[in-house]
Amino acid sequence: MVGYKFCEKFVAKVGRDAFKLIVFGEEARVAYDRVHLSEYFENGDAERLSMVPRQWYLENNIELYTNERVTDIHRNSKTITTLSEKTFKYDYLVLATGSSPFVPQINGVDKDGVFVYRTIEDLEGTLAYAEKIKQTVNKPKAAILGGGLLGLEAAKAVMDMGMEPHVVEFAPKLMPRQLDTRSSKVLQVKLESMGIHIHLSKATNQILGNGHIIGMEFGEDDVLNVDMLVISAGIRPRDELGKSCGLKMGTRGGIVVDNKMKTSDPSIFAIGEIALYNQMIYGLVAPGYEMAGVAVDQILGSEKSLMAAEIDMSTKLKLIGVDVASFGIPFMPAEKGHSIIFENKTESLYKRINVSHDGKKLLGGILVGEAKDYNMLLQMYLNEMPLPKNPENLILGSRAGEDMSFGSAMDLPDTAVVCSCEAVTKGQICCSVKDDGNESMKAIAKATKATTGCGGCKPMVDDLIKETLKSLGKVVKESICEHFEYSRQELYDIVKLRKIEDYDSLLDEVGKGHGCEVCKPAVASIFASIYNETANRQATIQDTNDRYLANIQRNGTYSVVPRVAAGEITPKQLLAMGRIAQKYDLYTKITGGQRIDMFGAQLHELPLIWEELIAEGFETGQAYGKSLRTVKSCVGSTWCRYGMDESVTFAIDIENRYKGIRSPHKIKGGVSGCIRECAEARNKDFGFIAVEGGWNVYICGNGGANPQHAKLLIETVDKAAATKYVDRFLMYYIKTAPPLTRTAAWLDKLEGGIDYVKDVVINDCLGIAAELDKEMQHLVDTYKCEWKEAVENPEIREKYTHFVNADEADDTIEFVSLRDQKMPKVWA
Amino acid sequence: MISNLSTYEAVELEKVSIWFKAAAASKFPDNGGACVKYKDMQIAVFNFTREGTWYACQNLCPHKMEMVLSRGMIGEDKGEPKVACPLHKNSFSLKTGKHLNGELNRIATYPVKIEGGFVYIGFSE
Repeated sequence: MVGYKFCEKFVAKVGRDAFKLIVFGEEARVAYDRVHLSEYFENGDAERLSMVPRQWYLENNIELYTNERVTDIHRNSKTITTLSEKTFKYDYLVLATGSSPFVPQINGVDKDGVFVYRTIEDLEGTLAYAEKIKQTVNKPKAAILGGGLLGLEAAKAVMDMGMEPHVVEFAPKLMPRQLDTRSSKVLQVKLESMGIHIHLSKATNQILGNGHIIGMEFGEDDVLNVDMLVISAGIRPRDELGKSCGLKMGTRGGIVVDNKMKTSDPSIFAIGEIALYNQMIYGLVAPGYEMAGVAVDQILGSEKSLMAAEIDMSTKLKLIGVDVASFGIPFMPAEKGHSIIFENKTESLYKRINVSHDGKKLLGGILVGEAKDYNMLLQMYLNEMPLPKNPENLILGSRAGEDMSFGSAMDLPDTAVVCSCEAVTKGQICCSVKDDGNESMKAIAKATKATTGCGGCKPMVDDLIKETLKSLGKVVKESICEHFEYSRQELYDIVKLRKIEDYDSLLDEVGKGHGCEVCKPAVASIFASIYNETANRQATIQDTNDRYLANIQRNGTYSVVPRVAAGEITPKQLLAMGRIAQKYDLYTKITGGQRIDMFGAQLHELPLIWEELIAEGFETGQAYGKSLRTVKSCVGSTWCRYGMDESVTFAIDIENRYKGIRSPHKIKGGVSGCIRECAEARNKDFGFIAVEGGWNVYICGNGGANPQHAKLLIETVDKAAATKYVDRFLMYYIKTAPPLTRTAAWLDKLEGGIDYVKDVVINDCLGIAAELDKEMQHLVDTYKCEWKEAVENPEIREKYTHFVNADEADDTIEFVSLRDQKMPKVWA
Repeated sequence: MISNLSTYEAVELEKVSIWFKAAAASKFPDNGGACVKYKDMQIAVFNFTREGTWYACQNLCPHKMEMVLSRGMIGEDKGEPKVACPLHKNSFSLKTGKHLNGELNRIATYPVKIEGGFVYIGFSE
């Protein structure tokens, strides 16, 4: 990664043409992103980890040799030789060989089933072994030696492989370098609740097993039986080359460098995890990138470019879904200052800030469980900004009557480094906005590279852009894309007031250019919400799913989901669906929304399948649309002995009421018959729960990527009132939300939050309730099944063919068998 | 049929030796595309009505090797006409085939002409 960064920075510089750049890599692959290595487990896509494709080196005139380890450096002749005995001459040599995992000398460490966690090949080896083990052992266990950062990542990885993870750490706490004892304990409790077993203060004596690992022995009677072991006990610099050619080395490894990144030989530079700078090896990306920049400058003659004397080791990461961050001096002796600590184990939260004795400066801190304020805290620390009067507000938030604890990002000094991966300062960002007219995130990223590393600084950069624009007197436009300088809400009003009826007219009247894949579906959704037109009328401005009224799947085939309101289905309907699925050889699965999904239909089959489904009385389920999906229900008082009311009946009515309604994003509902909440109504966009005397109404809940508990809109109302308020809420959301924003995210950004929504939909503070009611009723009254429309109209039906000039199916589609059904052939 | 990237090589107008008569122009939706079969190849053809131009490119998206580009939305990025793949929204220039929002390989583009109400695609073999 650091080697690649060197190349990237080098080719961008003036004077680069005077040099020939040759890169050698020991691995077969080009440089890849080890920081996100565990993502490889999630998607199995090694390509996606590449920093750039191989092509990039070619395009930038860099000779690249992979699978070509450099074996010797001959400093006298300034040449190197490689494993295949090739010799190359150099003027400057940059060593960026990184590190290898440290494997402690434990008896039996060479047994089968013991792995390290470093390269893609390591992961593949681990994965293959895990697969083998799973076939012979029921509930296999895997240990991870090392409870540091990488070790915990590895624990997640083995858990994803279907093994029970056991983290074994020598120290008495997890992440001993970053966390204090209490925060470490909070993290431990959280991880244990997720099924990760933790063993602390364990020194491994030997690895048990005959040929392959069966366990680890700590003390005499202290044995942990495991089927696999992943060692993640720290790193050692890959400094063999430096040693063999006689460069000055650190006593515990690493090649000594000065602040120019030069080794004891002025023609040889060392950067990244082999460089011993300030007697330290820095195992983080940001300092590595900085070293690369310094080396580039030095070689190209800018001798003033030096490595900073002190390197900030602050880090923030998402560890198995848990935020963990530490900055400055995380553990601080009492003589230096005071600590303010907030701990809440039930919510797995820990926040600590260390402040100077006079309470004026922030010295460091630790955040576990939630780290959204990390950027601001880090900036306060780095820039020695004055603390607020009550510094505890920094971690507790401001309480009633007090000022906001944080100032604006604009309060930072211009020298504040906002993006630490690419070392971009606040001043650079603001200047880029002011002087070069880079007024969007995209433009700033392109011009300054800020946000392109870990992306953690995105919120702050966004604030800086908006605030700078504001200070220039420019209105910050939340425009949806380059073709419309309007927000979705503004476009909604324009379409409605000017009675515009098609995309092209809107583009001609208030937009520019020819549109794109962002504004087209956004505008399509607006037309649908105002006129309730189906996706068939303006098919080419729809996302592919809406254009073909089906969900495109991995191999370009589609899946089909008929509406099964509230999940209630008759045996006769089930048989019909089964017959049709069998006839067209479709893979069937019950969805999370209590209906049946049928996969693997080719384009030309869709109208045929739907014709049969419609004949059996089914209608479209809009599973493909940004629209109402399902209203999930529990069985309710009709069958359940605890039920307070008929949740199924209510859910069916509600689903049929809102079916077909297009919205900024998908919407889901839930109805539970009692407070046991089996329908999980409170993680839905709207939910009803039967209670003594009526229904409680909840809104803006969300499952998915960012789970959010729904907020109570109103308590104990009858069905009619409950429906009325949800009508208004949905309509208000449909009219005001930005594109592709779920209700939960919309509420988060809405000034005034849930109280404001209550004011609008219950107290009618805007005086629009009657209008919202009317608009919703219009949508309900004008519903039609768009699949019925499609199969009955020969012109629409004509588009359901793979080739426009041949009556054939796409013969590149391949299926393989899976548990008596089929699935698409796996992506190469 | 072959879903192999090497099957598709861009053809420049001056190199065209065969004009393949694909289908009636009326079969292609306004500001949208459809897929044409030519020999063992799948070619996506777009009727960019707003520009008054036609474009053709490989139907194969180089990201995940699926035959889907003809079903993508077309549009324009700072004046550059483009198609967005329906699977992961990778956008490719319809003029040059360049990947506009990433570093994937170029896609192959082909010349198109309309004569007598029919769409013709230019190939060099």
